Amino acid sequence: MTHLLTALVFAPTAVALLLFALPRRTTPTVFRTVWVAASAAELALVIAMWIGYEADGGMQYEERARWIPSAGVGYHVGVDGLSLPLLALTCLLFLACALYSLRENRRIREFAALFLFLETTCLGLFAALDLILFFVFFDLSIVAMYFVIAGWGHRQAARAALKFFLYTFIGSLALLLGFIGLYLAASPHTFDMVELTEQNPLAGRSVYGALVLLAVVVGLAVKTPTVPFHTWLPPAHVEAPAAGSAILAGVLLKMGTYGFVRIAMPMLPEVWRRYALVLVVIGVLSVLHGALVALAQTDFKRMVAYTSVNHMGYIVLAVGAAAATADSSEQARSLAVTGAVTQMVSHGLLTGALFLLAGVLYERGRTYDMAAYSGVAAVAPLFAAMTGIAAFASLGLPGFSGFIAEFQIFTGSLGPRPLATALSVLGILLTAGLFLRALRQVFTGPLRLPDTPGTPRAFPDIRAHESLAIVPLLALAVVLGVAPRFLLDVIEPASRSVLELLAR
Amino acid sequence: MTEMNENPLDLLPEVLLAASAVLGLLLGSWLPRARQWIVGLLAALACVAGIVAAAVAAAEPALTAFGEAFAVDPVTSTSRIVVLGGTLLVLGVSFRALRADPRETEFYVLVQLAALGALMMAGAQDLLLLAAGYLLASIPAYTLAGFRKDGPGTEAALKYYVIGALLGVLMLTGITVLYATGRGTAYPMLAEAFRDAPKALIATGTIGLLAGVLFKAGGVPAHFWVPDAVQGSSPPVAALLTTIPKIGALAALFRLGEVVFADSTLPWPALVAVLAAASMTLGNLGAFFQQDVKRLLAYSTISQVGYLLMPVAVAGRADLAQQALLYYLAAYAVTNLGAFAVVCALPRAHSLDDYRGLAKERPLLAASLVICLLGLVGTPPTSVFLGKLEAFSAAFDGGYAWLAVLAAVNTVASLFYYLRWIVPAVSRSGPSQPAVGDQAARFVAYAATVVSLGLGLAGGPVLDALAGPINR
Repeated sequence: MTHLLTALVFAPTAVALLLFALPRRTTPTVFRTVWVAASAAELALVIAMWIGYEADGGMQYEERARWIPSAGVGYHVGVDGLSLPLLALTCLLFLACALYSLRENRRIREFAALFLFLETTCLGLFAALDLILFFVFFDLSIVAMYFVIAGWGHRQAARAALKFFLYTFIGSLALLLGFIGLYLAASPHTFDMVELTEQNPLAGRSVYGALVLLAVVVGLAVKTPTVPFHTWLPPAHVEAPAAGSAILAGVLLKMGTYGFVRIAMPMLPEVWRRYALVLVVIGVLSVLHGALVALAQTDFKRMVAYTSVNHMGYIVLAVGAAAATADSSEQARSLAVTGAVTQMVSHGLLTGALFLLAGVLYERGRTYDMAAYSGVAAVAPLFAAMTGIAAFASLGLPGFSGFIAEFQIFTGSLGPRPLATALSVLGILLTAGLFLRALRQVFTGPLRLPDTPGTPRAFPDIRAHESLAIVPLLALAVVLGVAPRFLLDVIEPASRSVLELLAR
Repeated sequence: MTEMNENPLDLLPEVLLAASAVLGLLLGSWLPRARQWIVGLLAALACVAGIVAAAVAAAEPALTAFGEAFAVDPVTSTSRIVVLGGTLLVLGVSFRALRADPRETEFYVLVQLAALGALMMAGAQDLLLLAAGYLLASIPAYTLAGFRKDGPGTEAALKYYVIGALLGVLMLTGITVLYATGRGTAYPMLAEAFRDAPKALIATGTIGLLAGVLFKAGGVPAHFWVPDAVQGSSPPVAALLTTIPKIGALAALFRLGEVVFADSTLPWPALVAVLAAASMTLGNLGAFFQQDVKRLLAYSTISQVGYLLMPVAVAGRADLAQQALLYYLAAYAVTNLGAFAVVCALPRAHSLDDYRGLAKERPLLAASLVICLLGLVGTPPTSVFLGKLEAFSAAFDGGYAWLAVLAAVNTVASLFYYLRWIVPAVSRSGPSQPAVGDQAARFVAYAATVVSLGLGLAGGPVLDALAGPINR
């Protein structure tokens, strides 16, 4: 099968179109079933690809087709150790969201179709090996997520969605300008990532290279998001529906950090090395700012949103530190990049789970305000246990995936950037504090539930479809924490090759 | 001097359109009112035949007809196909609205004459022919703007006419000065003469000339008529005014830049770049808080002219300029007409709030609107995205990176006002409009949306076809 990857990318959209072909009066159950089945099939497909993947084989499942040759644009997709884990994560999270939304009633057909379309854009972005293809999926993911937030969000959703769209759209245009800069520097002009990586077109052109890097980094930093471009994130998360938040945090944020390792580092190695310190500083600022602001939140979902800024900061720190060549062994730097990719996967699993759990909380109590809850563990022990696991995993406790990722990042970054790494470790301490505080507030003490008019008094424990969505994410986080080799074996060769490209 | 080519077959699309206009006028005088639609059908057939003729001519090598007055090259051929295709869409959206109107025939004839004027401007290789094309494109358009004979229509027509007359006189003055400077009006001759002509004279003449051409393009600083004329006239006419003459005018500007001013003493790129920057920025600022959909689209077309002027500015300096302009013109025309077709399809909806609940009433129409508006923003994979990509690349390549950055910033800003329209259209709440609508216009909207998307996805072969050499 040569078109496996294309099938993986475009199948969800085909199913989405199929949903619209069904008559309007079809029962919602059919739409839900089709959605879950399609997502499950996608996951099965990506697992099959993982099994067929050779860890040292470089780019695999590659496909090329002529698209717009006179503009230097082609359809070129492929999978390597950087993208495969993210493709798998995407499929898993979308399945989790489909399962979680089994009780969703509001315009389920449109909701399912949007999510399936969104799945195509996410998978397409991670598989893209052409800058314009990357950009197309990048932009379309913004459009689809905009409609998810604006259409199914909470009260202030329209405003938050607009902010999200405008911010990330600015980022995407900065990215486009950077891509055009790369395109014009290459000879012959091309947008093909593999060719651009080989050519390294901006070698020796420091000013031009710096401007292109600036455009690309700004574009990716808005999406990641890092301080100071993160202000769109909290409102977007708070107002989005639970499944939308899970995808936004779990998959869409990874597009930014993936862009760093896929585009910025291999294509602009010289300027990346020169300005890596800036990224280290931005990373540390994001880590500390995200953790401190999260500490000050009373809203559970907003707190989780800020911890995303914190966790993405570790990744930016790692990719920045990896560039510092000063007296550090090859292995240490490789650790940093491997840790960054592992962190992307780990954060996707854990934040996805946390946002879905936040959705469970909201569905019962109609508020995210932590002060309104107390002693919930007494009535909903399973919910409390899952939230506890997700929170402990997220703060980097050994035995969970977060620990593996952050340990590698810190070990890899400590040599080249000791001060920055030391400051970042403080972030872990802060996250530990804020998660423990939140758990104590919501789950322990005498039972108290929000009693605003119209809310159901009972707090039923987690339901079957919710645990079907959340438990696999947590289980995988534990598996990765205990036996991470199957993931690291895939990532390590790829991260070594990124470093070889960076060292040019 | 070479033998003069006076073969009218080289101008077949233009001849067909003129013949159909004259024949239609005669036919309309004899047909009963209920059967005047035949004139519209005739016009549509002339457009289709013209597109076929233009496509055939495009496959031949480039040539000039009637001395050196009219060029048949990729610029002309593309403009022909886009103008005639656009006219076809305009005829489609007006078909139902004008059915059994007492002046149905006149409308179709005027539309054809305005399109003919745009075609002449696109192909003109002589300043006098350009002036004639300007008048031919303008006068029917003035009449069309006031076609409804109501208050806003009269205001629209008057404003349009007064500004058009003023700038037309300026243009003729400019042409006179350029004639005096270059001792000729044919482009190749002027190009030769302008290599070492006095700068002040060329600048004076060019500014006059630009006044007229920018009036037709609806670009800053000759844009004042656009919002009022578009808001005041009926939706099909508004669609025509913001699309068809622009194509002719921008093709003419490109030809001027590439052939006449590329090697002249005049700083043409800098001049056009400033106009482009002003047009995109002021158009966007004007559009921000509009409530009337036609007025919003009117300002959006001003900003689009700014983007379209980017490749004109780097004409002759960047290899991509010609492809970028022609592709963007086609993409813009079909996407803009798609948005206007949605407006035509809902004749009772005037303000943004009137579109509330459209997605529930007419999901396909709402989808067309969203795709066309996001297309105008430049969201992939619609065709305007590829047009913008090419235009940005051309501007970078021609040394105008600042212009590309400004265009990117403006693109983000434009998203804001397009979203102000998209949001009510897709929201589920709100009073649902009685679903009266124009079926023909609806189909035009669907067709334009499909073409806009298809042109973007299949942009490769189209771009290749646009790359042929221009006549010099």
